[in-house]
Amino acid sequence: MPQQERIETRPARMRRAVRWLTTPLLPDDYLRLLNPLWSSRELRGRVVQVIPETETAATLVIKPGWGWTFDHKAGQYVGIGAEVDGRWHWRSYSLTSTPTDEAGVISITVKAMAEGFLSGHLTELAAGTVVRLAAPAGDFTLPDPPPAKILFLTAGSGLTPVMAMLRTLHRRDELTDIVLVHSAPTEHDVLFRAELRSLAEQHPELTYVERLTDREGMLALDRLADVVPDWTDREAWACGPPAMLDAAEKAYAAAGVPEKLHLERFSVDLAGAGGEGGTVTFERTGRTAEVDGATTLLEAGEAAGVQMPFGCRMGICQSCVVPLLKGSVRDLRNGTDHQEGDRIQTCVSAAAGDCVLEV
Amino acid sequence: MAITDIQAYAHLTDEDVEAIGAELDALRRDVEAARGDSDAEYIRRAIALQRGLAAAGRITLFASAFPPAWLAGTAFLSLAKIIENMELGHNVIHGQWDWMNDPEIHSTNWDWDTTCPGEQWKHSHNFVHHTYTNVVGKDNDVGYGILRVTRDQKWHPVNLGQPVYNAMLALLFEWGVALHDLDLEAIRKGKKDRGVVRKQLKQIGRKVGRQVAKDYLVYPALTGPQFLSTLTANATANIVRNLWSYTVIFCGHFPDGAEKFTLEEFETETKPQWYLRQMLGSANFHGGRLMSFMAGNLNYQIEHHLFPDLPSSRYAEMSERVRALCDQYGLPYTTGSLAHQYAQTLRTIWKLSLPDSLLQKTSDDAPETHSEKFPLPAVA
Repeated sequence: MPQQERIETRPARMRRAVRWLTTPLLPDDYLRLLNPLWSSRELRGRVVQVIPETETAATLVIKPGWGWTFDHKAGQYVGIGAEVDGRWHWRSYSLTSTPTDEAGVISITVKAMAEGFLSGHLTELAAGTVVRLAAPAGDFTLPDPPPAKILFLTAGSGLTPVMAMLRTLHRRDELTDIVLVHSAPTEHDVLFRAELRSLAEQHPELTYVERLTDREGMLALDRLADVVPDWTDREAWACGPPAMLDAAEKAYAAAGVPEKLHLERFSVDLAGAGGEGGTVTFERTGRTAEVDGATTLLEAGEAAGVQMPFGCRMGICQSCVVPLLKGSVRDLRNGTDHQEGDRIQTCVSAAAGDCVLEV
Repeated sequence: MAITDIQAYAHLTDEDVEAIGAELDALRRDVEAARGDSDAEYIRRAIALQRGLAAAGRITLFASAFPPAWLAGTAFLSLAKIIENMELGHNVIHGQWDWMNDPEIHSTNWDWDTTCPGEQWKHSHNFVHHTYTNVVGKDNDVGYGILRVTRDQKWHPVNLGQPVYNAMLALLFEWGVALHDLDLEAIRKGKKDRGVVRKQLKQIGRKVGRQVAKDYLVYPALTGPQFLSTLTANATANIVRNLWSYTVIFCGHFPDGAEKFTLEEFETETKPQWYLRQMLGSANFHGGRLMSFMAGNLNYQIEHHLFPDLPSSRYAEMSERVRALCDQYGLPYTTGSLAHQYAQTLRTIWKLSLPDSLLQKTSDDAPETHSEKFPLPAVA
């Protein structure tokens, strides 16, 4: 990456020259008023299409603006910011499109969660809406070339990163011996159902196992061999609700092959352990916020108007880490307390009493 | 002697002060809860308008040798610079729009179209001026280190030149602002760390270089043979902006009724008393929507000083509740026409160029400053 930055492209040179005309602003600050996508200062995209997938899920097809490089890896997620009543809110979603897209668009698939504030809003966005984007990130990706034997273990919207992988493998005609075991409550809840069936028909090397949990019950991962007899021989990628991933970790550890399992904790379970709440002071910006023990420090900071660093918003990427200067905070996933001097992930931590963050 | 005991000066009981504080806290909460789409739309439209005017001005000046184009281009550019400095720069850097969580309209990322670096402004203005508002000896905005604007400041023969310094400051306001955070007086007295001064000078130098190059070199050169007429247009726009921002800002704390305070008052004050100092130390001026917009809503200086980080678009409606509160407790709500407020300001500056021995009033009962020895009239 730094290598690339050193080689100055012609547009970059031009932009620097034009800056003399627009200082202290960037040329982008003017151009984006003509077209919101003509700015690389902040990554933006325009929603070009909203495709309903199930009753509660929709795929957003987004045309990214300047500064987007179509070089993400299948399985990575992207940050998406949308404006609700004047405020920008951010969440992360797996990209479901393949990395190189001739149409110049990317897609994410969003499931409206009952308790989710932004997801419901996103699934109802109108075509033409401008959203903000954060560069793709995440290491829930396949190696290149892909392993000879693969197991994908997914549930609900945990299918989305795997869908990007399958589409990419299909496009490159690189499908190896793959078993996909996907769980959803009913057949109406299965994302991309027709496409999955068609892929399995076209590629004999792909086995698609559908588990409808309302009828058949949850898949017992300690009895995975009943469904995939050779599972311990396969390199596995699993994405789904926390309980399923915990069970998968246990099963792989018990079988003595923990290294075969790659996880994406797609939605974090923050209900584990609340903090006490308290007054959070943001040292550098001089702001304070009264928060309860369930609100993450990231949300609290953003609500107080602090420019908090952020990334995945689910405890994966460490982009949001800031030093804790005073007090203690609690990791909402597991109840671990962090003390003064620790560097903490604000997206999964809440105040356990008064605390001071260096941001 | 300025005010040391606000409650004695304003005939307020402890309960009154608590009640005023609670009412103002409630006002803040109400506005915070109401902020939304319409506010966001307001600031975005202001930004679009300002950038449109700036672009129109620059483009029109490509015909700057043609007098009507010179005039129109200069007007567009002057308006753009005024809006940028007042409604956008000053207010965004205050964090009034930080609640939007938009990195492009945020106090941490904004730099404005003047020679003063945004970061230094945050210190000299947001911190020093808004914390120590009108505390003589602490708030460098009380006379900006070169003017005697209250009898609380000791007279020095150098003050005889005040009418001239004042006119110079009005014309060159942006340069005064650029040097403000350096605190020349502290440097002169050797109270300021040299390393810090060097760092600040470097920052100012960089900003000045880019600003000067843009207005006095790059754009004039781009218009080729019209170099000189473009240069004069740009210089005129900068001066128009200087005169206007000087006027608005001087009418914020220097008209009669904008009280001054002692360090002792500051050191012992509570949060509600802080509110009182902001209210009594600031002055508004009348203005319709256009005037308020061009003044960055700083004609609501009282509301701005009570709530420097709430969106400027809300000051007009907030002023009704603030004014009602002042009426209820018999507190002055200092306001008047812009001409009236500026006339008082100018009179004070000129008058105070003279030593106290030639003046009638003392710092206990002068138009620009009082003390609790001459309290406000008691409410019936």
